[in-house]
Amino acid sequence: MEEFIEVKDVYFQYEGTEGEDSSAFALNGVNMTINKGEFVAIVGHNGSGKSTLAKHFNSIYLPTTGDIFVDGINTKDDDRLFEIRKKVGLVLQNPDNQIVAGIVEEDVAFGCENIGIPSKEIRIRVDNALKAVDMYDYRTHSPDKLSGGQKQRIAIAGIIAMEPECIVLDEPTAMLDPQGRDEVIHTITELNRNMGITIILITHYMEEAVLADRVIVMDSGNVLTSGTPKEVFAQVELLKQRRLDVPQATELIYKLAGCGFELPKCVLNEEECVQALIKYCSLQKKNG
Amino acid sequence: MSVVRAENIRFVYGGGTSFEKTALDDVNFEIEEGEFVGIIGHTGSGKSTLVQLLNGLIRPTEGKIYINGKDIWEEPKKIREVRFKVGMVFQYPEYQLFEETVYKDISFGPKNMGLEQDEIDKRVRSAAEFTGLREDQLESSPFELSGGEKRRAAIAGVIAMDPDVLILDEPTAGLDPLGRDALLSQIVDYHKVRKNTVLLVSHSMEDIARIADRILVMSKGKKWMLDTTHNVFSRGKELENIGLRVPQITKIMMMLRQKGINVDPTVLTVEQGFNEIVNYLS
Amino acid sequence: MPGKSFIHKMDARAKILLLIVYIVFIFLCYNFISLAVMTAFTVLVIALTKISFIKYLKSLKVILVIIILTGILNLFYGSGEVLWEWWMIKLTTGGISNYFFVIIRISILMMVSSALTYTTSPTDLTDAIERLLKPLSFFHVQVHEIAMMMTIALRFIPVLLEETDKIMNAQKARGADMESGNIFQRVKALIPVLIPLFVSSFRRANDLAMAMECRCYNGGKNRTRMKILHYSVTDLIALVFSAVMFVGVILCNLYFPNFV
Repeated sequence: MEEFIEVKDVYFQYEGTEGEDSSAFALNGVNMTINKGEFVAIVGHNGSGKSTLAKHFNSIYLPTTGDIFVDGINTKDDDRLFEIRKKVGLVLQNPDNQIVAGIVEEDVAFGCENIGIPSKEIRIRVDNALKAVDMYDYRTHSPDKLSGGQKQRIAIAGIIAMEPECIVLDEPTAMLDPQGRDEVIHTITELNRNMGITIILITHYMEEAVLADRVIVMDSGNVLTSGTPKEVFAQVELLKQRRLDVPQATELIYKLAGCGFELPKCVLNEEECVQALIKYCSLQKKNG
Repeated sequence: MSVVRAENIRFVYGGGTSFEKTALDDVNFEIEEGEFVGIIGHTGSGKSTLVQLLNGLIRPTEGKIYINGKDIWEEPKKIREVRFKVGMVFQYPEYQLFEETVYKDISFGPKNMGLEQDEIDKRVRSAAEFTGLREDQLESSPFELSGGEKRRAAIAGVIAMDPDVLILDEPTAGLDPLGRDALLSQIVDYHKVRKNTVLLVSHSMEDIARIADRILVMSKGKKWMLDTTHNVFSRGKELENIGLRVPQITKIMMMLRQKGINVDPTVLTVEQGFNEIVNYLS
Repeated sequence: MPGKSFIHKMDARAKILLLIVYIVFIFLCYNFISLAVMTAFTVLVIALTKISFIKYLKSLKVILVIIILTGILNLFYGSGEVLWEWWMIKLTTGGISNYFFVIIRISILMMVSSALTYTTSPTDLTDAIERLLKPLSFFHVQVHEIAMMMTIALRFIPVLLEETDKIMNAQKARGADMESGNIFQRVKALIPVLIPLFVSSFRRANDLAMAMECRCYNGGKNRTRMKILHYSVTDLIALVFSAVMFVGVILCNLYFPNFV
């Protein structure tokens, strides 16, 4: 797989928190790579550094030491700043605060207008972006009357219209109700699958993380563990110890397996959990 | 006598205009003293309107609300007293902080009640303790606290009024799992110690299942059901039809039962589910 | 309000310019005949927007107090035959005609302004203002920035209104009393609302700035627009038609100078 983002030994310190000890650093020597077309979830507590890291991917923050390369471009390269931001779009947590214009389609056009796309082309891109997030019918509406999930999809459309290779979403569902969360997560998985856009999803909902190709767990400004969802959630003990959530299905099977029942190491959702238990039961019957 | 009683409540937004919308229709229920009641419902089901009616922030179009047996709109001029009896913590309550120090902010409510200085001091300190704020944080500015601490300071501001009924509208929204668990256990402890009535609005079925005695289910502006947590979640299919879900563990048990594995489908926590399955397998 | 009428289709710049000329002419009306011409024009514009007349009447409600006050003020300033007198107050024929003149003037002015805001989206409006003010950039006026500020203000006014409502409710729930007391007590009671509102506005501004940066915002430099304003035949027709009206007003003023 082709590497897209490379994070190399990155330390980051917020202004005003200078100090030598590691607690003064929001990021503590982070190393990771994100591949083209991958769907990566980054999970961790508030203060684990996950949101700080998210803002490094498109040069909003620059590493205090260390480097980040986006498609080979160093994020510190000021001359190529807009090139980086065109490649990597960032969606923020609060849906209200990232919508600039008073009409949906004009907000979606905002980014394209900034990078000097010709008018006719913007129109095409905006329409396509709105269709991709299933908000085309609302193109002439005011964002005020929309639900949180719809607003967040507008924000995503505004990024898609700039035709990025990667979208970073910084806790996009934290302020939404369950329906809004489903809408947003459905939208980003579709974008990843159908348009091949690389997705980096920052979240603390584990039910969302299990949908990713790869999960990276952050703790105290560093990567605690990473791997496929199955690999990561198999480490229930480690996650629990750091007071991170585990889906109830995963926890149940883990506990049962811990009592000596022969069950798979890790399940991610209720279907897998039920299947595993039924398989176990039928085996038991066979063995009498 | 029930502490909260709603009688034929109807509430219409924007009455008389073309935007008229019935938010609540013919809602009746009673809540007993000392209960911990969860309120669930799809966005727009009327649950937020309902809780605002209960502490007199809005007035029902029709029907009556009784707190401790007294109609709260009997004397509209005394509606402020109702708000002291029914404490209301809104969503994202940290946005209401405004004083120079955390101490002053928490004492805003008790001061408005016209209490003596000694009593205010006592209440502020005990409210801060319930919400896990440290003594030294009381003198700092509320804007210097972390997100989760701000939230707790704001909740302390309502608890300090020592209401008979405490309503919390999604108190854990936007918190991470650590902050969420800490806050919920503080609310549960508070309820145990003070023994007053707590109403908790939440989207998290897992949280509600864990801590509520009874659940009020709202759907399309009507009371859909008010029953014990066990009974409500045993109607999983119907809940899904009105856009709600059951805790994942309950869902798993329901699915197992469908597949002919004879387990109790109404377990509410992973612990219970685990025991149930171990029993079945052995 | 979205729509596809003749007025909706006009270029926002043309609409603004015509409104300005219209205002000038309303104040150039000296007599009832020229005012009648303007009123006829107003009714025509309103009819062309295909928006219900009730909406326009509602727009008058907002300035009802101003209409009544200025009307009453004018009622007592006037010459002519004295109809009624009490102490220092005199009611004259001239006063009564002044009264109607002023009321009609303000009302049709408001209605035509509403016709502009009803048929033009806020973004089109700010866009048009930006382009009309463009020549000012020659004098180093930051025209694009002003327009951007207007766009953002229009977007966030409803958001902040809703937020104000929420904060007020939260403070009321803590027993804040905002409905009683004298003026000083009331102003003081606003502090618990204003401070959180400021704090949250700053937070929003911060977020928004970051969101704009993420979308490559770089001021007005090399910026394109999705919707390009362009004058069309529609605007030309409107222009010619208005010109005829305005000439009518001038003629009426000249030929019936005393018809008050």
